[in-house]
Amino acid sequence: MEVALSALVALFFGAAVYLLLSKHIIRMLLGMVFLGNAVNLLIFTTGRVASVAPPVIPEGATVPPDAVANPLPQALILTAIVISFSFFAFLLVLAYRAYQDIGTDDTDKMRLAEPEERGLPPLGY
Amino acid sequence: MTATDTGPLFLVLLFPLLAAALAPLLTSALGHRAAWPLALAPAAAFAIVAANGGGVSAGQPLLFGFDWIPSLGIRFSFRLDGLSFAFALLVTGIGAAVVLYAGGYLKGHPGQGRFFSFILMFMAAMVGLVLADDLMTLLVYWELTSITSFLLIGFDHERERARRGAIQALVITGGGGLALMAGLILIRWATGLSSMSEILGSGEALRQSAYYVPVLALILVAAFTKSAQVPFHVWLPNAMEAPTPVSAYLHSATMVKAGVYLLMRLNPALGDTAAWETILPLFGGATLITGALLALAQTDMKLILAYTTVASLGLMIMLIGAGSETAVEGAVLYLLAHALFKGGLFMVAGSVDHGAGTRDLTALGGLRRAMPITFAAALLGALSMGGLPPFFGFLAKEETYSGLAGLDTRALILTGVAVAGNALMFSAAFLVALKPFLGKQPETIHHPHEGPVLLWIGPMTLGLVGLVAALGASFTHHVVSSPMASAVMGEAVDIHAVIAFHWGVPLMLSLLTVGLGIALYLAAGPVRAVLQKAVTGVGWGPDRGFDQAMGGLVRLAFSVTRWLQSGRLDFYMTTVFVIVAAALLLPMIAFGGLPTVPGVPALEFYEWTVLFMAAAGVILVLITRNRLTAIVSLGVQGFGVALLFMFMGAPDLSFTQFMVETLSVVILALVMTRLRVAVDDHRPWIQVVPDATIAVAAGAGFGLLLLAVTQMPFNAALSDFFIRHSYAIAHGHNIVNVIIVDFRGIDTMGEIGVVMVTGLAILALIRIRVGRRAPAMPDPTETTP
Repeated sequence: MEVALSALVALFFGAAVYLLLSKHIIRMLLGMVFLGNAVNLLIFTTGRVASVAPPVIPEGATVPPDAVANPLPQALILTAIVISFSFFAFLLVLAYRAYQDIGTDDTDKMRLAEPEERGLPPLGY
Repeated sequence: MTATDTGPLFLVLLFPLLAAALAPLLTSALGHRAAWPLALAPAAAFAIVAANGGGVSAGQPLLFGFDWIPSLGIRFSFRLDGLSFAFALLVTGIGAAVVLYAGGYLKGHPGQGRFFSFILMFMAAMVGLVLADDLMTLLVYWELTSITSFLLIGFDHERERARRGAIQALVITGGGGLALMAGLILIRWATGLSSMSEILGSGEALRQSAYYVPVLALILVAAFTKSAQVPFHVWLPNAMEAPTPVSAYLHSATMVKAGVYLLMRLNPALGDTAAWETILPLFGGATLITGALLALAQTDMKLILAYTTVASLGLMIMLIGAGSETAVEGAVLYLLAHALFKGGLFMVAGSVDHGAGTRDLTALGGLRRAMPITFAAALLGALSMGGLPPFFGFLAKEETYSGLAGLDTRALILTGVAVAGNALMFSAAFLVALKPFLGKQPETIHHPHEGPVLLWIGPMTLGLVGLVAALGASFTHHVVSSPMASAVMGEAVDIHAVIAFHWGVPLMLSLLTVGLGIALYLAAGPVRAVLQKAVTGVGWGPDRGFDQAMGGLVRLAFSVTRWLQSGRLDFYMTTVFVIVAAALLLPMIAFGGLPTVPGVPALEFYEWTVLFMAAAGVILVLITRNRLTAIVSLGVQGFGVALLFMFMGAPDLSFTQFMVETLSVVILALVMTRLRVAVDDHRPWIQVVPDATIAVAAGAGFGLLLLAVTQMPFNAALSDFFIRHSYAIAHGHNIVNVIIVDFRGIDTMGEIGVVMVTGLAILALIRIRVGRRAPAMPDPTETTP
């Protein structure tokens, strides 16, 4: 299963990078979603996977009777999913507002912070 | 030797620093009269140095200091011998005179306290420089003189010319300081010698070293920049933007002689080679002639004096490199004479400026009645500078000519250069000392007046010292000149020059110099016109070159910054991901970390289905041109991942992922309908190919890394800990939940904080529109229903 998931992770990362290299904010946003899933799957697979029971202790026992899935990556990913979602929502609104103000989602045209023509700094003393 | 052996000598280093710290307080309390108590510091230092003169003139250097960085063998150590004795006397003695002069010159200036502080700081640095024994101690003090000089030149920092002069001086002398650092480190590395005392006692070690040439080159760059040799001389005239006390002190009497000091100090170890005796006279001679000619092209008294200082420094360098003992004696005498007369003449120029309101020779005249004391001080300086008896400058010139004169070609050239330079300087000296005081007083000068005692006590004292030192020449030589020359030669030297006429070649040359000088003085106007025409005719000079170099530096920095920070996001992203891909792949390939090739995994059919579902969602997003398809495909890959989680024993993850993906798709669909942009990015093929290559490389990098990791043995210690202790410690059955809310509770709280802040930020972005600039396009919320 790890082999198949490694291939899937490679696909997710590749697609995320390709989308992030776009000049369009909306495509980059999709890339961010892929990147989040790619990282989650990476962490998940690193903790080893198999079709086993969830990490839950039955009533009356103090440890699970049989082999269970690795709980640690799950805890990490649970946090990561929520954080990536709020990040996605924030980026989406930011892109939306930028589009409202600037009228484009082309990053080449978003030059407020680093304008095209910056001119030489003063040469005097 | 420990510090307690020569305790008082440490006070020489300490007194100026203490005075520098007290200066602002004293000045705000006493006003310009603070000069009197402040001058006590250099005066006391002078007395302490002088009190140690007995041992020095007997040829016994005093060593004192302590370990500074023992692990590197660096000491904070000093050496008082004939050379440093003479320099220390000049620095502290003239320092006292300059502090008094500054009290009168900057009277009422709001920054007078700051000025006193700077100039006393410089004094501390300069005393340390001439006394330093350990090479690193020397370097530190050398740099401190550059920095304090920068502060003093830029004292009047509201004028651009002052700022330019300060920066130019710092760049040129600071560059020399870097060369000095490299040179001193190279000396230590090549020979193991770490102090001047060791170097002087090492005999032929440096001359025989394989690194002699680079060491010499670096030391010469340091000395030539500090002592304003052609072509580095430009900073010295521009340093005249500083207040006159600074010009008198740093830029004639002391700091500019640091380079001369360094060469004199190292003469026994580096000198007496063909390279030494070729390079020094060459640069020195060129500087002498250039400086003296440019001096006569000026009309500003300070600039005339500045260029003659350049010329004088050239003469000294030339004499050090001339190779004979008498020439070195000449250099020693000239250095002493120059410090006295040039310091005094600069103060005279300042006093004339103060009393008559201008320093321009063409606008000055007839001040002898209004400013008699200044006139007398000017004459004392000029007579010594002109090399006339019975002044100290006369002794220096006689010794110079005895040292240079000879019959071979080299001697003839050097003598000719010296005579020409001296004649030019002779006329410059009297232009400064006579022109403002003789003749008729121009209408433009109103109410010229003699300065207060603070203004004339300095130049008068220095002028009289120059006279008395010459009249009592044998005493002067016994105490100062001979020990100094001995230190420079590295062997006992006795100077005998006294005020007496010996019929011979030197006297003939002196007469020739004076004759030429008088002729040049009388023809000053036409000579100036010719020289000014020549200067404008040449046009380009090192000064303009400096501006071009600085401008070029800014342009270079600008274009490099422009290239690195293009302002294009895709450029930044490309850089980031190329490096990510390289960082993942290259080490794996280079260190053999690639995973072994696995076989096709044996999976259940539903597992294959879910994997393909996720992959199909991803690929569809990449290739679709339809907005709705893209959104739906995004959801498909998300649900695929959620199902994977479910199959692999992670129902909590699966549940959260389903919720988040659903919400994402809904929000995205809502927003996308309001954005009238194509979901396809229309990347041209020329861009698709490199982008896809980077993407494939980065994806492969992560995939291979993950595969390699999963092929290694798994350490389950941490997971086992949570599984075993989940119920025992935290009494929870769902281990993942226990980890989140208990073991990592603080982390979860931080996560909630992040989500909350994000929510607030989103709210702010949507709601707050106050102060927003007019939209470049109509607001879609208003135009679409």
